[in-house]
Amino acid sequence: MTPNAADSGWFESVDSGDLTGAADAIAHGSANAPSEWPAQAIDAGFADDTDDYYATLRDATIEAAREAVAERQQADDQQLLHAVRAMDDATRTANELAERCHEWAATQFDDIDSGIDGARDVASREPTDPLEERVVSLAERIDDLATEAEELRDFIERLAPDVAPNLAEMAGPVLAARLISLTGGLDALAKKPSGTVQVLGAEDALFAHLAGRGPSPKHGIIYTHPAVNGTRPEDRGSAARALAGKLTIAARIDHYSGDFRPKIHDELDDRMATIRARAGDGDGGGNVDGDTEAGQ
Amino acid sequence: MTDLPDGIQRREFDGRTRLATRGEPVYGEPTDGEWRCWDAGRSKLGAMLESGMEVDLTGGEGVLYLGAASGTTVSHVADFAGPTYAVEFAPRPMGDLLDVAEARHNLFPLLKDARKPEAYSHVVESNLDLLIQDVATRGQASVAVDNARFLADDGQLLLAIKARSEDVTADPETVFDSVCEELTEAYEIIDRQRLEPSHDDHLGVVARKR
Repeated sequence: MTPNAADSGWFESVDSGDLTGAADAIAHGSANAPSEWPAQAIDAGFADDTDDYYATLRDATIEAAREAVAERQQADDQQLLHAVRAMDDATRTANELAERCHEWAATQFDDIDSGIDGARDVASREPTDPLEERVVSLAERIDDLATEAEELRDFIERLAPDVAPNLAEMAGPVLAARLISLTGGLDALAKKPSGTVQVLGAEDALFAHLAGRGPSPKHGIIYTHPAVNGTRPEDRGSAARALAGKLTIAARIDHYSGDFRPKIHDELDDRMATIRARAGDGDGGGNVDGDTEAGQ
Repeated sequence: MTDLPDGIQRREFDGRTRLATRGEPVYGEPTDGEWRCWDAGRSKLGAMLESGMEVDLTGGEGVLYLGAASGTTVSHVADFAGPTYAVEFAPRPMGDLLDVAEARHNLFPLLKDARKPEAYSHVVESNLDLLIQDVATRGQASVAVDNARFLADDGQLLLAIKARSEDVTADPETVFDSVCEELTEAYEIIDRQRLEPSHDDHLGVVARKR
């Protein structure tokens, strides 16, 4: 290591012939400023001449880029689908068990809260007899399961932007994962018309409507998006339609191109501002800056 | 008028005179012997050269190319230039760019973010002759200014500015003026020209490092 490691070339601590090490240095290194790297590499004895240096650099950059691409492509939509389904199962099961645990624990201990927090409280107690031991043990499993659900959520938040950068940016990582999960994959989502995306997750209401028993649903799972639930009820249909349109475009860009396009996110913001401006007279629906907390 | 190096020629393809370079075909472009057509409709740099902007190319230049995408344009650059560093941030187009790089000895693909030059300053050499930039993010001027560090003192910047990446709603000319204004921090602008009809709302800029 040189004293000034921040400003040394990628080849500095790489042995010639070590392709893996070279690729790693290219992928993860950095420097404050560029320099005459080819000349320095030759001086340092890393390369015989310029041609030799460039040949090594070429192999190393291709290897580094290939590894990075493979790593990022591991992050595929099916992994996201499994992760979000597992998270939902873990959450649902933890809540069900917490209910059971609360009911049971209330016969053993005083002042037990319901829900996951209550179960965590029970889990932290010291059992004094075999019966309490069972209750506390059950509560510990609930604690673990709830923790697993939280970790799955963190994982989804890291994974989704790699799988679907535009969709994750627009919908948020978890809703993006849910949309992918509801359609069975990013590929299938990209092929859905926007009207279908708008009511994904509201299939019961949709088919009831199609059978002539009820109004058409305005929104499905996208209701959880602040652009919809932060808009006043009269305008939620418009908001859901606008959001679904942009989400569909985002999914198509992610599936067919994969690059991040800031433009479509600005377009959604503009559209939402227009829709919310209708509320205009300051009744809470006129929150034009697209903020999430519009009180309704 | 563009001075074309030996590595770029104007040749006949389908009855039209178009630019061409020598190398492995990449995107199904028409070829004439070892020459392959440089499609100005798919390449902003191609459009800049074809329209005769004040670009000064001699061949064999050291190049940093930001926003290489699938490698359509950078493949032609590597055909006529010397060492060519190609920076692209998105993994999917990088897959295609790798195929382009494998068919060439002087193209170095880097999966890096052009807004963070520190992350590739340990690889890309200094004193390069050309900085070519085609990135569709906000802050295109600051990317060009930040990356001026790689250019030699009289190094050239060839920049395609996409108006819609800066501001969807604003008038493109207003956007172009403000981007060019910001560029003067590090560059002297030699030539600017709209790239219509092949590329809507894009401005080609040729500049020299101050």
